[in-house]
This record gives sequence, C-alpha cells and structure tokens, in this order.
Amino acid sequence: MKNNENGSDAILYKKENQFKEIWRRFRKSKGAVIGLILFIVIAGGLLAADLIVPYEKAVSQNFGARLAPPSMEYPFGTDGYGRDAFARLLHGGRTSLSIALLATFSSAIIGSSLGAIAGFFGGKVDNLIMRSLDIFMSVPDILFTMAVVYALGPSFTNLLIALTLAYFTNYVRLVRSQVLNLAEQDYVEAARAGGAKNARIIISHIIPNAIGVIIVNTTLNVAKIILYESTLSFLGLGMPPPHPEWGLMLAEAREFMRTAPWLMFFPSAAIVFTAASINLIGDGMRDALDPHLKS
Amino acid sequence: MNTANILEIKDLKVIYKTDLEVVEAINGLNLTLGKGKTLGLVGETGAGKTTTALSILKLLPSVTGKILNGSILFDGEEILKMDEKKMQAIRGNRISMVFQDPMTSLNPVLTVGDQIAEAIQLHNPEMSKEDVQKKVASSLELVGIPSWRSVEYPHQFSGGMKQRVVIAIALACEPELLIADEPTTALDVTIQAQVLSMIRDLRDRFNTSMIMITHDLGIVAQTCDDVAVMYAGTIIESGTAEDIFLNKDHHPYTVGLFNSIPNLDVKTDRLSPIEGLMPDPTDLPKGCAFSPRCPHAMEICHQKRPPVYTNNTHNIACFLFLPEGKQGNKGGEE
Repeated sequence: MKNNENGSDAILYKKENQFKEIWRRFRKSKGAVIGLILFIVIAGGLLAADLIVPYEKAVSQNFGARLAPPSMEYPFGTDGYGRDAFARLLHGGRTSLSIALLATFSSAIIGSSLGAIAGFFGGKVDNLIMRSLDIFMSVPDILFTMAVVYALGPSFTNLLIALTLAYFTNYVRLVRSQVLNLAEQDYVEAARAGGAKNARIIISHIIPNAIGVIIVNTTLNVAKIILYESTLSFLGLGMPPPHPEWGLMLAEAREFMRTAPWLMFFPSAAIVFTAASINLIGDGMRDALDPHLKS
Repeated sequence: MNTANILEIKDLKVIYKTDLEVVEAINGLNLTLGKGKTLGLVGETGAGKTTTALSILKLLPSVTGKILNGSILFDGEEILKMDEKKMQAIRGNRISMVFQDPMTSLNPVLTVGDQIAEAIQLHNPEMSKEDVQKKVASSLELVGIPSWRSVEYPHQFSGGMKQRVVIAIALACEPELLIADEPTTALDVTIQAQVLSMIRDLRDRFNTSMIMITHDLGIVAQTCDDVAVMYAGTIIESGTAEDIFLNKDHHPYTVGLFNSIPNLDVKTDRLSPIEGLMPDPTDLPKGCAFSPRCPHAMEICHQKRPPVYTNNTHNIACFLFLPEGKQGNKGGEE
C-alpha cells in the first residue's frame, strides 16, 4: 500500500458497514440463527394468518364439532365452542405478539431514557424520577395493570398502556445503574475534557456502552410480556371476546385439560417457542454487539 | 492583556466539600506558563496536581469540588468567569488533556478512528466527512500508528499504542495548551521513553505549551523548561529546570525528593525517603504545610505561612531563605 503524506489513502480503509458486521458475527452463533429462523416462521405465519385461515373460522362456533381432536380439517382440534383452534392460535397470536412487542419497545424507550437521565444528571433530577418510580413500584404489577385496564376499559391501546406502565420501571432501574457506572468512566471524563456536551456524551459514549444490556433485557422482556399479557387475558382482562388470544385460549382450555389436552398444548407451545426464539435472538445480539468478541 | 503567558493562575483555592469534611485541595496556588513552554508539575500523590489540571478545564466534580477564589487567566481571558458553553468550545480545542490511564480513557465500543473524528467534528462542525477522515488518518500517522488501524477498537491496541491514540485525540485540534496528567505512569519503562520523546517532538512541531504532571523527576529533567514543586496544595518551589536541578538553594521538601531517588554518581546503601506522611488535607497545619516533616523546621514555620523568596527566576516558599528565618535558623538546625 502506498503511504502518501496527506494520508488520503486512509479513506480506503472504510469501516465495515455496521449492520453487515453485526450480521456476520450474529451468524456465527447457531442458537441465534435457529432463534431467528423460528421467529421468522412464527412472525411470518402470524402475518399471513388471513391467507392461511380466514378470521371467520376463529370466531364462528360449530357445536357439531366441539372438542374435536386434531385432524385434517382442524389441524389443532376445536375448543369447547367448536371453534378452530388453529385459526384461533394464528389470529390470537397476532394480537399477543404485537402487544408484547409494542409494549416492550415503548417501555424500553421510555424507561431507558428516564433511567439515563436519572443516572447521568443525578441529584434532584434523579431523586424526582426515582421517587415517582417508587409510587409505581409500590403497587404489585398485576394489580396495577388490572387497575389500569379496568379503569380505561379493555382494548388494544389500553392493554398497551397498562403493560408499558407496568414494565418501564425495570428499565429505569436497570439503565440508571448502568449509567451511574458508565458516567464515572475515564472516557466520559476524557470526552468532557475534549469539549463534548452532555447530550453528545449520553448519545455517543453512554448509550453504546449500555445498549447490550438494554437489548438483552428487552428480548427477555418480550417473552415476559407475552406471558404477562396471557395472564391478563387468562384473567379476562385481555381483548374483549370473542377475539382470540393465547392466554385466553389457555384459560378456556383449562376446563378440558383431561379430555382435550391438545387445546392446552398448542397455545402453550406457541408461547414457549415465541419466547424461546426471542431469547435466542437476544443472546446472539448481545454477542454480536460486544466489541470485545469482534475478530 | 499579557500575551507572553498562555496561562496565569493566581491565588487559586479549591476545596472538596462533603457532608462529613472539607478537603482543602488547593491553597493559594500561583502558577504562570509562558507560550510554547513546558511546565513540570511535580509532587507526591495527593498534592493537588490533578485538581489543578481539572480546575483549569473547570471539570471539578460538580457536587463536591468548589473553586473558592483566585483567578485563572488563559491567554488573557478569565476562565473562572466563563459559562459552560464557552468552556466547551475551549476544551479539546484550545486546551486538551491527556489522562493518566490509557486503558480506561478510551471508549471500548467505538473504533479509535471514530473517537478521533469525534474530537475533530466537535470543534469543526462544518468540516466535510472526507476531510475529517483525512485528518483522522494524519493524526494517527503523527503518533506513529498506521492509519488503517483507525477502524480497530481500543482493545486491539497495546497500552502504549492506546496512549498514542489518546495523545492523537488530544492533539487533533492542535491545542494551544496540552495538560498531560501523568501520561506515562501506566506504561512500562521502554514504552514510557517512546511516548515521552513523541510528546516532545509533537510539542515542538506545533509549538504547544504544555503542563506535564508527574512525580517522576527524570521525566521533568527530560521534557520541561520550568518546574513547579507542589506540596499539600501549594507551589513550594518553582523555577526553570536549571534552577531546580542545578541551583544550591532548595526547599527542604525538594531536597527530600531528590534524596529519595537513586543517584548514579554517588554510591549509597540506602535511599533516604522523607520521614512522615503528607498532612491530612482536612486538617492542614497552621504554618508551613511541610513543617511537621521538615528537618529544618523552626518556631516560625509552625506559626506562619512562609512568604516566597525570589532569586531571579527561582522561587522558594521557605523561611530558611528569608530574613525572618535566618535568625532562628541556628536554633532549629542542630
């Protein structure tokens, strides 16, 4: 390579595209790739639900075919009202997964920003945020969410609000503790000595260092929120019936646990596989984002 | 406006205040640094060297650190009266700092190129991306790192290389004043020598003024024009490097410092360290801060702060060289 004085050949050494590089490292982890494939299959199936089975089949009752075992016509059997469990699983999954994803992201964004602000600025700001948080945390999660849903009425948006309010507190505490630690690092001091403003320090020095923890926690939370949302619908506070939901399906299947166990099996399996696939992706992401593991 | 001096510190007093105690970190410090000169700030751990550096950049910990009085003139402008915005424009651009430990002063998740680029972009927002990249490359070459390594992360560099990167960041905007806070303490001896000679070269090339904070008198002898010896938050002796290394008259603390390092020409079985410890900065002695450890301490030393005795460029804050002290000297020295 030529070595000219003005260093113009240095432009040739472009940094590898960030996404390409992350993908290259993500691909190395078998678990992560399996998780990703599984998630794409699940998400793809849910997105294409209308093409696979019409929504009508998920809600229309057919008493002639109550509690039918899995067959060609009803791949996952039928429930106590004779509704197609396969159609319910697909259409219910759409609601469950989209609520879980949206609630996770909104709680992650709100919680992380508040946590970063509290941890970075400290003092009065920190106190104000953390003490208000104590109010949220002093009420048991499930009771809190139920109260919110009950007050606002069960609907997609209100479920989203309730779950976000119940979960953002985790992020505030997590990110705050991370930031408290990161803000003390020498390179933050060095950046300040280099004339960087607070916003810049948070964006280019604190967040990139905390992002791994946030992402892993977020993926773990998706799984948790899927279960949580299932709990809510199990308790009858989910989407109003007859709209299907995974938790609601489990709740309904409980009565027939002995006679029609497949009714419990498929929604549980759906929840487990979705949660597992997201966790695997999260694990892979953490490794892919950690610069120490870069080769 | 005095344009001959890049930095003038007058009667600076800094405390760290917690709920439990008040630490008097800097007590009436006076310091001047001429343009293009290098000042060695010497003293043992806890003498207030780093606090002085942070005061110049106004980066004292906001909760505890307070500047009580004094003035810091940078190129004729009062730093202590500047608002945060003005300070941000100065930091990294006109005054840069190199921190002690290169292992921790680089962000582990950003490539070194990005970190140098950040320093450049902060103070040259109008510069095009390509120009910034060119500047990054030339900064790296300047400190002896091939420019293709700009896409690598800090953990791919050795300690000495990291310190070079830190220096590249500090010099990226060609500052007028470089504060190097023990830049070689965390490095091994051979790398120390390399980094030091590189710092010297760059300083001469850019005609940068520099404050070299260190407790290594060898480094001072190699790099500095002027020397200031700090003890318990004040300068107890200052002068040109010749004054400190060649003159006969010295503050007893400086004498102690020199006695505690090995000398190639004189054969001794044991080094003689200075007896005792630094005074507790929350409870400094009323008189000279060094008086409890001083072998020549007189009655007056415990009562009053010694004024400065000046001989040309050489300043010593000690009663031994002053008329008040000369009479009592016979009694004090046995």
